[in-house]
Amino acid sequence: MSQKKAPYELPIGPIHPALKEPINFTFQMNGEVVEKVDFAPGRAHRGIEWMGMRRNPVQILHLCDRICGICGVHHALVFAQAVEQIADIEVPDRAYYVRTIIAEFERIQSHILWAGVAAHELGFDTLFYLAWQIREESVDVIEYITGNRVNYGIMMLGGTRRDITADMFPRLEQALQYYEGLLEKMVNLFLNDKTIAMRCKDTGILTKRRALELATVGPTSRASGLAMDVRIDSPYAAYGDLDFDIVLPDVYNSEGNGDVYDRIIVRIFEIKQSIDIIRQCMKQMPEGPVLAEEKYAKLLMNLKKASGEAFARVEAPRGEDMHYVRMNGKQEAPEMWKVKASTYSNQMAWVEILQGEQIADIPIIVASIDPCMSCTDRVAVVGQDGNAGIMTKEHLHRLSVEKTRRLQS
Amino acid sequence: MRATMTPQELADRFVRKFGSRVSNVQVKERCEGVKKLPQKTVWMTVSREDLNDAVAELISIDYPHLGVIAASDNGDMIDLLYHLQVFFGGKHEEICVVFTVQVPKSDPHVPTISGLIPGAVYSEREKQDMIGVTVDGIPDSRRIFLPNDFPEEVYPWRKDEKGIPPSMVKELWKVDRPTDRPFPPVAEPEPVEKKEPEPAQQAPSGGAAE
Repeated sequence: MSQKKAPYELPIGPIHPALKEPINFTFQMNGEVVEKVDFAPGRAHRGIEWMGMRRNPVQILHLCDRICGICGVHHALVFAQAVEQIADIEVPDRAYYVRTIIAEFERIQSHILWAGVAAHELGFDTLFYLAWQIREESVDVIEYITGNRVNYGIMMLGGTRRDITADMFPRLEQALQYYEGLLEKMVNLFLNDKTIAMRCKDTGILTKRRALELATVGPTSRASGLAMDVRIDSPYAAYGDLDFDIVLPDVYNSEGNGDVYDRIIVRIFEIKQSIDIIRQCMKQMPEGPVLAEEKYAKLLMNLKKASGEAFARVEAPRGEDMHYVRMNGKQEAPEMWKVKASTYSNQMAWVEILQGEQIADIPIIVASIDPCMSCTDRVAVVGQDGNAGIMTKEHLHRLSVEKTRRLQS
Repeated sequence: MRATMTPQELADRFVRKFGSRVSNVQVKERCEGVKKLPQKTVWMTVSREDLNDAVAELISIDYPHLGVIAASDNGDMIDLLYHLQVFFGGKHEEICVVFTVQVPKSDPHVPTISGLIPGAVYSEREKQDMIGVTVDGIPDSRRIFLPNDFPEEVYPWRKDEKGIPPSMVKELWKVDRPTDRPFPPVAEPEPVEKKEPEPAQQAPSGGAAE
């Protein structure tokens, strides 16, 4: 075998069929240290925007649910908001609250799912099992409300398709209490653990200035101390009526230098915040209908006549989600539909936070922005002679686990 | 309190600074929830020559967050919409600013804003891929979402002859069952003749019994 000379290239990716956005990384390595990072997304570009521009808004709404399996309801919500602006649809007040409750339950399940993935990447599989076990409760509640575990199909232009009635509150409250009881345990397991602190503190640092310049969003930017949360900045749905603040790493006495540890803090405490938000919603929910126009034919007729352009933004679990819609009043399908998912904004940060880190830290740093995919499924190490030695995801994962064990001993 | 001006003041500042070079200035509000707190938006059209100056002017007010650059095929022109937000972080104070830049299809060029906002490269690369607007001065002009073997001069968001041709579209609903396959897919098994079960052979003696 030929001698490998530094720097050598380490490609990671590109594809895993189960993921939304498989991605191809190329690392320039010097020994164990990442010198330069490059990535190429779009390995599973499905042309959803193109498909949407050939469908009517109600069809697109259900296409939106399928953009992402984890934060799909946020895509449906933001698309509905954009179209409601164009067509001047007045949404009933109660629908805003139903939308908020379902969005927050989705945030809880997404953050816990992420926490499990993070634990797995660090080699704490017990914690991974625990996280995914407790995630079931939120998915069960979502199923209780909407009938589905994923692709909820609850949003509709001008409101929601189902109501959350008062007799459903005890079941919701039961779930909230379940999470409240577990919160202390989760804080303890994730944030007071010596090994997690050793692996995550000062790893993958994104400074506040760079977070702003690279246009990052959501927990990734908040972990860097950048106060930014669409729910508070530009209140949509019922968020304007509720009392809550932006979660920054200082909630857990961290100075917020934007490392992986801070990203864990922000997500764990956002679960707590979501519980609080859902409680407030249940308390303040106004009476009334949840859908502005129940006859779909009439709704579609009005939408066909609507013309104009609008954009809407929501805070999805991973950060700002934005849709831009333009309709011309001549055809059913919108003239233009642009989807900007949260990971779209956060990916630029990878180049910044992976530089100077070790191979074994790549999985946790890549996962730390909560991308809509996990790209480390197959790694090829290319030597100077061009022969590729294939590194599997298992190998990379093992490197990460070994580092944890090294630090523990 | 982070906001130093209202949406109207922000719009007026741009009108003062750029005069007739900004047009179509609109201040919009959208209210949701029971309290009907407004989401504040300022729309304006700027020329591509003034784009960098406009973004710089916005930076002098507050460093903006770039949401996305959207694009739309508008017949003879391509509209590029720069969605920027300022004053986030304060409670309910954010103002969204949308710069619309129109570039003619005969000369689809736009200057990069990545000198001012480095994070814009990602969205600018996408615009080169999807709608065929060349971003002058972009630090990284490779394709981003489309594969490398995607045909040149075909742009998925275009609505003219440079859009996706019908030959590239696979109509899944037209795909019927293949006709060259055996039906049913697995041939019926030949009936097996029933045989009389052979009389069980005498168990061989031996083993532990002996």
